[in-house]
Amino acid sequence: MSADVELQNVSVTFGSFYAAKNVSVKIKEGEFFSFLGPSGCGKTTLLRAISGFLDPSEGKVLIGGQDMAGIGPNKRPTSLIFQNLALFPLMSVADNIAFSLEVRGVGKAERRKRADELLELIALTGQGDKKVHELSGGQRQRVAIARALAIEPEVLLLDEPLSALDLKLRQKMRTELRAIQKRVGITFIYITHDQGEALTMSDRVAVMNEGELEQVGLCDDVYDFPHTPFVATFVGENNPFYGKVISVEGDMVKVESHGNIFSAKAGKIEDKHIHKFSNGDDVIMFIRPESIFIKNENNKLDNNFIAKVNTIEFEGNLKNIYLSINSNMNVRFSVPNAVDTSELSNGKDVELTFSSQKAIVLPRGSLAVD
Amino acid sequence: MNYFFNKNGPLISTYFVIAIVFWLVFLIIIPQLYMLDLSFRPNLPPLLRGGPDDVHTLTHYKYFIFGSETSDDPYNYVDIGVFFNTISTAIFVTIINLCFCYPIAFYMAKVASPNTSRLLIVSLIIPFWINELLRSFALRILFAGEGVINNILLGTGLIDSGINFIAMDVALYTGLTYAYILLMIFPLYNAIESLDKNQLEAAKDLGSSTIRTHWRIVIPHAKAGIASGCTMVFMLTAGALATPVVLSSPNTYWFTQLIYQWFNMNDNWSRGSAYSILLLTVSVVFVLLMMRIFKVKIGEIIR
Ligand SMILES: Nc1ncnc2c1ncn2[C@@H]1O[C@H](COP(=O)(O)OP(=O)(O)O)[C@@H](O)[C@H]1O
Ligand SMILES: [Mg+2]
Repeated sequence: MSADVELQNVSVTFGSFYAAKNVSVKIKEGEFFSFLGPSGCGKTTLLRAISGFLDPSEGKVLIGGQDMAGIGPNKRPTSLIFQNLALFPLMSVADNIAFSLEVRGVGKAERRKRADELLELIALTGQGDKKVHELSGGQRQRVAIARALAIEPEVLLLDEPLSALDLKLRQKMRTELRAIQKRVGITFIYITHDQGEALTMSDRVAVMNEGELEQVGLCDDVYDFPHTPFVATFVGENNPFYGKVISVEGDMVKVESHGNIFSAKAGKIEDKHIHKFSNGDDVIMFIRPESIFIKNENNKLDNNFIAKVNTIEFEGNLKNIYLSINSNMNVRFSVPNAVDTSELSNGKDVELTFSSQKAIVLPRGSLAVD
Repeated sequence: MNYFFNKNGPLISTYFVIAIVFWLVFLIIIPQLYMLDLSFRPNLPPLLRGGPDDVHTLTHYKYFIFGSETSDDPYNYVDIGVFFNTISTAIFVTIINLCFCYPIAFYMAKVASPNTSRLLIVSLIIPFWINELLRSFALRILFAGEGVINNILLGTGLIDSGINFIAMDVALYTGLTYAYILLMIFPLYNAIESLDKNQLEAAKDLGSSTIRTHWRIVIPHAKAGIASGCTMVFMLTAGALATPVVLSSPNTYWFTQLIYQWFNMNDNWSRGSAYSILLLTVSVVFVLLMMRIFKVKIGEIIR
């Protein structure tokens, strides 16, 4: 069984400090939903409000349509996976997994059977008698998942469970988590500060900043159509061009920035509405590094500018090229490693090009990274 | 050893080694061995010591079991009774102490805010600045026939005539429990403190009741602290002297009082030694038993 989760104007305060502020979101049943935001933005706080470890100061948490006010964590149809997993070190792996059945008075044989089934689900068949410390990091991770699934929760809550793993294992676990979610079919609510994690696993993400939701949507929508400068810069990389609107034509906006005139799309305000701009508005135009190209015969798009190469950084599959238009405007773009960059020597001016369809104009606001 | 010397430098290392060896050999091993030897020798006037009569004998241990040759009883009922009463009371006091201290230690370690828990620790420690004898007398004032508690109970009309707390040994139990409370609380506190709070929340999230969480998570985690606290409280309670002297009822004797009598009043050091060795043996057995029950190693207890 699986349930939907709805937060209605949820705020959580510590003293006068809002750790979560007026958060409203509807998470569908069976969905893999992520809260994504920098550390300290209130993700854990929200998750604790959903699991029942703290009560919202304002607003409501509904699970399966039922108001959860006054219902403790042990009575909610949720199961929480802690950031540090919190496995019980003195119990065997099987006892860990079957703990929730033990507290419900399920007999020993039945518990063992269920533990074995779950061990099979997480590909640890036959390892039930081991102690937790005998397992590797990835295996512990999976045991924590099995333990949380043993009570057959309707909603599984995961608090950055992969953050302690190394990169390779983390990538493997992403796929695995997604597969487990598909198999058990329950709602997963996942929180992370790692946008790669959120985008690869989730059906939808909510981007959070300082306790508030900035944007909720499908992963590619959030990436392609950020609603705020924060989302534009927190999710993926982006080049912010500060400038002024010089003309507006339908959903296309012409922006003057650092001596160049660019044409770009007006950003969205919600899924269906776009920002309305008028001439002279202070705006930021965003263009992603992968959408900028070196201009040549084959690559001539409708926006062009000249910049000076500063450094070329090698990042495995990609090369990042850092340039500056003037002393206070830096740009970066990236090309696949296979692209020949021998003509881009340091200090050289190059002409770059990008499509107006890939550039987005938003009102000025705070960025995730400055 | 080499590592130890390299780490601390020759001067400090030498000091440590000398201090520890001195402490162990001169203050513990030699006096105890001397006592052990003494307990197997007859009680002789100084002039006869080292003479032909000064031979090893079991007479003091026999005395503990069978009593004096002039008595009619087949066994030394009085001393054996006192011995077992002391041991069982000490066990009882240890259990009461554990039950009383565990919630306090848990509260301080996991529930209270750091400030509250510091305040609690201070208010637990301060009463122990007062010396044990004075604390015992204070309890006597509290529990006496004309004492504070009786006066309050009589004044409020809850009882018609004063309760003799001293004769019922309520005062003794209370005094003994209170005397070593810190030695129970601190090992428990240290052990529980090191438990990850997420473990408690995880258990709760999985549906565990509070009692089961303690039984399955907290107590197993804290077992070394529990064993350590119980061992210390038991040993000190069984070996207490001042509190029983002040608070026990006239017909309750504590085994240490017997030992004290043999050493001091009857000037029979060898019998006193024999009785001390008996108490020591039981204490050691108790430690080993605790280690067995809680499946902990000696290193964990002392930690
Ligand atoms: N119990 C608490 N008391 C006071 N402040 C808290 C408490 N828990 C969290 N906070 C604050 O709330 C903010 C959000 O915390 P948290 O939800 O843990 O962030 P995240 O999980 O996104 O890193 C942080 O600034 C944190 O310091
Ligand atoms: Mg967190």
